Amino acid sequence: MNAVMNPVQGIDAFAAFERALAEQLQTAVAQPVSRRGFMKISGGIGGGLVLALAVGLPDKAEAQGAPAPVPFVPGAYVRIATDGKITLYSKNPEIGQGIKTAFGVILAEELDAAWADVTVEQSEINAAVYGGQFAGGSLSIPMNWDGLRQAGAGARAMLVAAAAKQWGVPESELTTADSTVIHAASARKASYGSLATAAAAMPVPADPKALKLKERKDYKLIGKRFTGVDNLPLVTGKPLFAIDVQLPGMLYATLVKCPAVGGKVASANLDDIKKLPGVTDAFIVEGTPKPANVMATGVLPGVAIVGKSTWAVFSARKQLKVVWDESTASKDSWTAYVAKAKELSAKAQGDKVVKTVGDIDKALAAGKPVEGYYQFGFVSHAQLEPQNTVAWFKGDSIELWAPTQLPANSLPLVAGIAGLKADKVTLHQMRVGGGFGRRLLNDFVADAAYVAKQVPNTPVKLMWTREDDMHHDAYRVGGFMAYKGVLDAQGKLTGFNGHMIGFEDPGTKATTTASDYGANEFPANYVDDYRASVSRMPLSMPCGPWRAPGSNTMSWVQQSFFHELAVAAKRDHVEFLLEIFGRKAGAAPQAGPPGLNPDRAIGVIKLAAEKAGWGKPLPKGRHLGLAFFFSHQGHIAEIAEVSVDAKKKVTVHKMTVVADIGPVINLSGAENQVQGCIVDAMSTLALEVTMEGGAIQQTNFDKYQLRRMPNSPQVDVHFVTSNYTPTGLGEPAFPPAAPAICNAIYAATGTRIRTLPITKAGFTVA
Amino acid sequence: MLRLNVNGQERTIEGVADDTPLLWVLRDELKLVGTKFGCGIAQCGACTVHLNGSPVRSCSIPASAVAGQKITTVEGLANGAVLSALQQAWIDHDVAQCGYCQAGQLMTATALLKQHPNPTDAQIDQVMTNFCRCGTYVRIRKAIHAAAAAGKGGAA
Repeated sequence: MNAVMNPVQGIDAFAAFERALAEQLQTAVAQPVSRRGFMKISGGIGGGLVLALAVGLPDKAEAQGAPAPVPFVPGAYVRIATDGKITLYSKNPEIGQGIKTAFGVILAEELDAAWADVTVEQSEINAAVYGGQFAGGSLSIPMNWDGLRQAGAGARAMLVAAAAKQWGVPESELTTADSTVIHAASARKASYGSLATAAAAMPVPADPKALKLKERKDYKLIGKRFTGVDNLPLVTGKPLFAIDVQLPGMLYATLVKCPAVGGKVASANLDDIKKLPGVTDAFIVEGTPKPANVMATGVLPGVAIVGKSTWAVFSARKQLKVVWDESTASKDSWTAYVAKAKELSAKAQGDKVVKTVGDIDKALAAGKPVEGYYQFGFVSHAQLEPQNTVAWFKGDSIELWAPTQLPANSLPLVAGIAGLKADKVTLHQMRVGGGFGRRLLNDFVADAAYVAKQVPNTPVKLMWTREDDMHHDAYRVGGFMAYKGVLDAQGKLTGFNGHMIGFEDPGTKATTTASDYGANEFPANYVDDYRASVSRMPLSMPCGPWRAPGSNTMSWVQQSFFHELAVAAKRDHVEFLLEIFGRKAGAAPQAGPPGLNPDRAIGVIKLAAEKAGWGKPLPKGRHLGLAFFFSHQGHIAEIAEVSVDAKKKVTVHKMTVVADIGPVINLSGAENQVQGCIVDAMSTLALEVTMEGGAIQQTNFDKYQLRRMPNSPQVDVHFVTSNYTPTGLGEPAFPPAAPAICNAIYAATGTRIRTLPITKAGFTVA
Repeated sequence: MLRLNVNGQERTIEGVADDTPLLWVLRDELKLVGTKFGCGIAQCGACTVHLNGSPVRSCSIPASAVAGQKITTVEGLANGAVLSALQQAWIDHDVAQCGYCQAGQLMTATALLKQHPNPTDAQIDQVMTNFCRCGTYVRIRKAIHAAAAAGKGGAA
């Protein structure tokens, strides 16, 4: 846990969002396990063992005396009932990254539970018990790897202690397997269920760090394939999502906001709206003050309509006439940004220098640098479950059911809106119908709290339409990069100049989320002369974390340009990259959490080349493209095999993906994430949202066509078995895909794609 | 009053406007929330149900227009506790990521297998027009082929 407690230092490619998020969450998670200690929580139905890894909770076992029936105990990681059923609690939101299954596997491994005995449930949201609970930055696995293993091992230790006492044998003679404690010498066995009550009376292990954890060779579950623990309720249509919550007497609400960012309501035909069938109320929402930053969020001004059904309020919207006051609204224009950025890019050095090594200006003047100017548009998250939250304001408390990736942020936000203390806010974490970073922002939770306060003592389901979602996203920021690279006479890269043209808040001048240029971005430490600099343009459009924030675009510009450099140097792309990483190979690992490791980079690039048949004959018309990117602590190389027809239609036949993310927890889930990242990257290559007059021009999926089934490529996934701490996989397989495909398009056509979406150059993805 | 035949049951619903889409009657009135809202304009397919055995986008069909016709939702695919071959294949192949689109995918796939018990990849491409934002298409295709091989892809 400590190894990645501060995932900031030394991780070059971490985007600004992740740094901010990690810092924000550090207070919640920074306490070392040894000081947190285990906490036994029992007292309840029929005995049984409930074990939490927690701080500051009263020991209910002592408080309540003898065990009686065991109710649900929030804060527990492990609960073993006397009938042998094992319930494991997953502390983080499930957003499709498979964490509920992976966390269950980790706990069950160290508990030595039979998987068939296990049920996994979403835990309560409670920072005092669980520390940080969020789905972001692909951090769930690295941040919880130690803690979950210790929780499982701690419960196992108590079961072993109970059996030792019962049989009068030393603990050292006992082993465990398949939810059973075994004494081989006397051929005795006891199921966990039969030991649960006795185990609950055992002292909790004083020092979780002293528990003996399994060695990797002894794993029975970790690394195998598991189907998702919610797959049965999913395929039978059971309510799992916030949008599915039904409460007696529940009303429905929708909130109509100004299409232009920063607009307010001047007037609205509220009296007409209130008369419509099924409408119970309509009112103007003043909104909350502008948040300190995009992550903090709040409620935007608009008109709320409350009614007896979703359709009643959606229908009423069509009759709503609002006069918007756009005097203070954004006038952001994409075409204006494109023109301005091109102008700014003429200078080799931007307004702010991020890093310099050697004398890049001298190097550029001495030779004939390779140049590439790249541009990428804004994109929407388009998570399929529209934003929604059920909120129930009860005067002195508020209860919510929400699809959030960052529940901790919603508690103070809701408390402020409801005029309550944060401990009067109860948030039920629901399965999230797609995250992609969008639901790290809790604006839809804020909307629901705001409206619920106007309709006290009544549960209200606040629903966004798809149009609301597309107009009020926190977009993946667009941007521009002007590169110059210097090659020596042997075709070796010696100098590198990157001038990024990005965005900042017009008021605070804070860098727009994912619009920064890290000081140690590759190849900062690999060439003699280097400079990274930025220029920024004011942007009002809210932008937020979008799957592999920063990295998803940095990878495309950087790894496309590295292919340009290899081509200009007349060198093989694989050999070119290996030679650059080889300059630092074998270096002693840096202190702190793992950053870009050249040896791991070399490992995945070599294996990808081998698996994809790099340099070998290909079927006629097929071409390969390579990219490598390090993000979210994952080292990933990808090779796209494509063909391009006469109409510039690109078919991706195969993607070879080699990932070094340490040991894989659930092989099925891990492969699914990689396959999904490839489809997502192919989809996003051909998509953009554009803004004019401060408003997003795309309104719904008819103008934002995500990929559908046809031509989904074969994805060959290979995981390098390395001995590092396991790291997350929701994001890092995304960034290398787009540059790999674009580099393959170059190999096929000789056309370098320097603008996204690729439709700008007349290409389409089949 | 609206009369609907949903999953073999006659249901009556009071007080809904004539233009209410079938989706919202299923979700808000009948509490059959397996059918999902995604876009409201018949693009994404999260709301797919069967109307007389054929897949339709329930967000864009007024419930009043299908009164008395046979409607099947994801809740009606299994026969009691016995899953359809497609539902089982979806679990066996660990298809879902977030899972939000999967009810619609299953409804479309169920109709596909009725029409083509052993579909080719081209037939799958043609019929399976639902969005999966998580990109689980590779697994959806595998699961459809597996269910077809099991020889009983339709509703159990």
